[in-house]
Formats: sequence, structure tokens, C-alpha cells
Amino acid sequence: MSRTIFFEVEILDSRTKEQLCFLEKVDPHSTIGDIKSLFHKSYPKWYPSRQSLKLDPKGKALRDEDVLQSLPVGTTATMYFRDLGPQLGWTMVFLAEYIGPLLIYLLFYFRMPYIYTHKYAFTASPHPVVSLACVCHSFHYIKRLIETIFVHRFSHGTMPLRTIARNCVYYWGFSAWLAYYINHPLYTPPSYGEMQVNYSLAAFVLCEAGNFSIHLTLNNLRGEGPRSRRFPSPTKNPFTWLFFFVSCPNYTYEVGAWVSLSIMTQCVPVALFAFLGFIQMTIWAKGKHKTYTREFKDYPNLRMPILPFIL
Amino acid sequence: MSAPAMGTTRAAHSDASHKKKKGPGALATAYLVIYNVVMTAGWLVIAVGLVRAYLARGSYHGLYYSIEKPLKFFQTGALLEILHCAVGIVPSSVVLTGFQVMSRVFLTWAVTHSVREVQSEDSVLLFVAAWTITEIIRYSFYTFSLLNHLPYLIKWARYTFFIVLYPMGVTGELLTIYAALPYVQKTGLYSITLPNKYNFSFDYHSFLMLTMISYIPLFPQLYFHMLRQRKKVLGHVEDYSKVE
Repeated sequence: MSRTIFFEVEILDSRTKEQLCFLEKVDPHSTIGDIKSLFHKSYPKWYPSRQSLKLDPKGKALRDEDVLQSLPVGTTATMYFRDLGPQLGWTMVFLAEYIGPLLIYLLFYFRMPYIYTHKYAFTASPHPVVSLACVCHSFHYIKRLIETIFVHRFSHGTMPLRTIARNCVYYWGFSAWLAYYINHPLYTPPSYGEMQVNYSLAAFVLCEAGNFSIHLTLNNLRGEGPRSRRFPSPTKNPFTWLFFFVSCPNYTYEVGAWVSLSIMTQCVPVALFAFLGFIQMTIWAKGKHKTYTREFKDYPNLRMPILPFIL
Repeated sequence: MSAPAMGTTRAAHSDASHKKKKGPGALATAYLVIYNVVMTAGWLVIAVGLVRAYLARGSYHGLYYSIEKPLKFFQTGALLEILHCAVGIVPSSVVLTGFQVMSRVFLTWAVTHSVREVQSEDSVLLFVAAWTITEIIRYSFYTFSLLNHLPYLIKWARYTFFIVLYPMGVTGELLTIYAALPYVQKTGLYSITLPNKYNFSFDYHSFLMLTMISYIPLFPQLYFHMLRQRKKVLGHVEDYSKVE
């Protein structure tokens, strides 16, 4: 066994530069994750997912997988610590974000008192499309909850509490706003009647099935390990054939589902929600697309991030 | 195995960020200088217009009408600044700049222009005066900065005058929106009611009230940010004078 040179790790506060911790006899093969665990021992309230360690206070945070001896440091490493604030695991994050819209919409559907004028409390809307919209909206979020619990395997551990609060306000608030109009006593059903409702319902179902298929495909890809070296490709499932044309068909289908729902209900707030979601998902899709094209030299040229041939 | 690959991408990133930080090219700088000079001149026109109208009438009342057109033109022209950030020739945040410009444009068009009855209010003069002085200083500050020849007086003015002008402007804006409320409610301006085939409603009166309320969290944040900036920018000179 060769003689290993042990490292020393000095951890300073990123802002005040005071020394928070000095670790001696650190194995050079230890990862940043190991160092975070050691740091956690001295400061129990800063659990590892809350820690951000950097070699330069203004630089990028080190990843948990980075190995100490591969970093550009001498045998005494100086790292700068920043508290990222309370963190929540991804599963809890999504549960919080999705249960809200599911339940809030139902409050409006069943016309809880004080939402609409008194005489409408606990009444039902005479329009079938309103009940259909409730089923679709609820199905969408129940599906998401099921996927969160049983399907998705998350890479990064956590999300900061503040971000979760902000996301919840957005999702919960928006679902309340669109539910208010769809379930309103003065709701006007779609201009083209049953035809409009039926076609958009079909489109909605197809998009939900598509979205689910993509999630399953991505999940199987992950089966090989935390960072697998394969990009997603079309399978026997026809819904996954969208992979020929886009990098993130799950987002494509998601946008499709919401656009279908807005046509089905002919409701501007739903269309607005679809539009804002489209903008956000396009940003994410572009990022993902860039990552794929950088990482894989043989990445198909035909693929666009989110909309076939367009975007 | 991943470390060398990481190293090269890091180097590429730092090169790219270096290029961005170098600032606008020669053509962009020339354009920006022209833009800022034109804006400075425009707000000077408004300032002169206000002074002349006051001297001619002998009162502060109803001065808005004498500068209505240049105010609309030059304040709306500021929308270009959002484009400048988006394109990258100005190193500011698109969102922040967008927010600031849109709030000005909102007050100019959606409140003052749209609700004729408030145009004779004195609160309009309050915010117009605040905007005018602020913008003259701000645009000349940018002009001189771009030419790398910033007189200390302009820098000092930019980071000092706001202490009075900002609260003054906010007061004028809030009073104007408040004055507009009864007329908006009476006429249902910019409002849509149910039922309609798009299943959407908008009450402009409530929207204006929400806007007024939003000043409460926003104004202190922006004000203290400017105070901190002042300390950072002007503070150094005080330190040097202490050393001497």
C-alpha cells in the first residue's frame, strides 16, 4: 500500500472569511460530499444538502461527486461555505406543489361558500364541459402525484424552501384563478359546442398518455445509474416517436395538454397558464438540448428542443 | 477522467464570460451615446417647457398640458432600454429594466393619459418634475460614462438627488392613481365583466388598488438598494479624503 499524503481542508465563511472549520488528515480520495458530512458534524444544523462549498467565493459551487485530490488545490485546501437555507427533498417539493392545485380546483368545482354569491353555494354547473374539465384537471394532477411517488428518480437532492414557497404560490394561485372562471355561475360554454369539447378532450388524453410514456422512457434510461451516458431515443411506443423531432417531448406533450384544456374550456386564464408554462418549459428544454448536444457527439441533428422543426 | 473534461469546459466558460464583460463594441457605444444624448435633450425640453409654462401662467396648476407630447414621446422611447439589455449592449437585467420602464409607461399612458380628469391634478406635476430632474441626470451620467469622462458632479448628483426625488415621485404617482380611482370605477375603464365567451374578467379599479398596495413592499427595497449603491459608489472618495 503506497503512502497516501493526507490533505487538510480549511472551511471559511464565504462572506466574513472567518474560519469555520479546519479538517485534518483528510483522505485525498474523499469527495466533496464526504467533506460536507464532516462539516455537518461540527455544525449539526447545516446538513449537507444545505451547504454550498466553493474554491473561490465568487465561483461555482463544487459538486458532491468531485474528488478532493482532483481539485486545483495544494495539500491544504481552502473552501468557502455558504448556507443555502432550509432544503426540502424533491419528492416533498412536488407533493406540495401538486396537491394544492388538485384540492383547490375542487373547492371551486363544488362551489364552496363565499367564493360565488350565496345562492350558488354547493350548486352544480349545468354544463357538462365543466364536469369534464374538473375530471381532466384532477386527472392531470393525480397523474403527476403518482409519477412523483412511483416513477421519477431525482438527481439533485433538494430545493430551497424559498423557491418552493414561491412555486406553490404560483401553482396554487393560478389554479384558483382558472378554477374560479370555469366553475363560475356565469361560465359560457365553448362557441363550437360539443365538437370543440370532444376534439380537445381527445387531444388532451393523447397528450397525457404521451407525457406519461416519455416519463417512463426517461426513467428506464436512468436505470443504468445516476448519470447514464445515453440520450433518450424513440422506442416501440408510438408516443415516444416524438423523440425523432424534439429533445424534450415530455414538455411538448405537457404544453399540448394545457392548450387542449384551454380550447376545451374556452377560458383565457387557462390559455394564459398554458402560455406561461410554455415559456418556462422552453427555457428548460433549450438547456437540456444544449446539454445533450454538448455531451453526445452523435446527437441527432433533426431534433429541436421543444417544438418539432420550430423551437 | 471527468476532471480534464471539466477543466476545458470551465476555461471555455471563463473565456465567454470575459468576452461579455468587455462591454459594447464601438458601433454599439456610438449608438448608445447618441441615444443617451437624445434622451437628455428630450428631458431638458420637458424641463424648459415646465419652467416656461409656469412663468407664463404664474401658477403650478395644469402644467401637464404644456409638456404632454414630449413627455409621452421620451418616456415611451425609454422602452428601447429594455431592448438594449436584451441584446446585451447594456449590462443590466432585462427583467429589472423592463419592470422600471413599464411602470413609468403604465403611469404615463394607462393612468394619466387614459383618465383625463386627473391631468389637472397637482400630483401629476409632482411626479413629472421628479422624473424630469432624475432623467436629465441619469441620461447625462450614462453619456459621460460611455465617453469615459464622467464629472464627479454628475456621479454625485445621480447618487444623491434620488434621496429626495424618489419619494417625491412615488408620492406624486400614488396620489395620481388614487385620484383616478373614482373615475375608473364609474366608467368601468379597461374592465371586462362576466359573462363573455372567453370566460375572463378584469376589474381595472381593483388592479389600480393592487398596484398602489404593491408600492409598499417595492418602494423601500428599491430605495435602500439605491442607498447601498450610493455608499458603494461615493463612499470610496470619502475614504481617500480621510487618508489624506
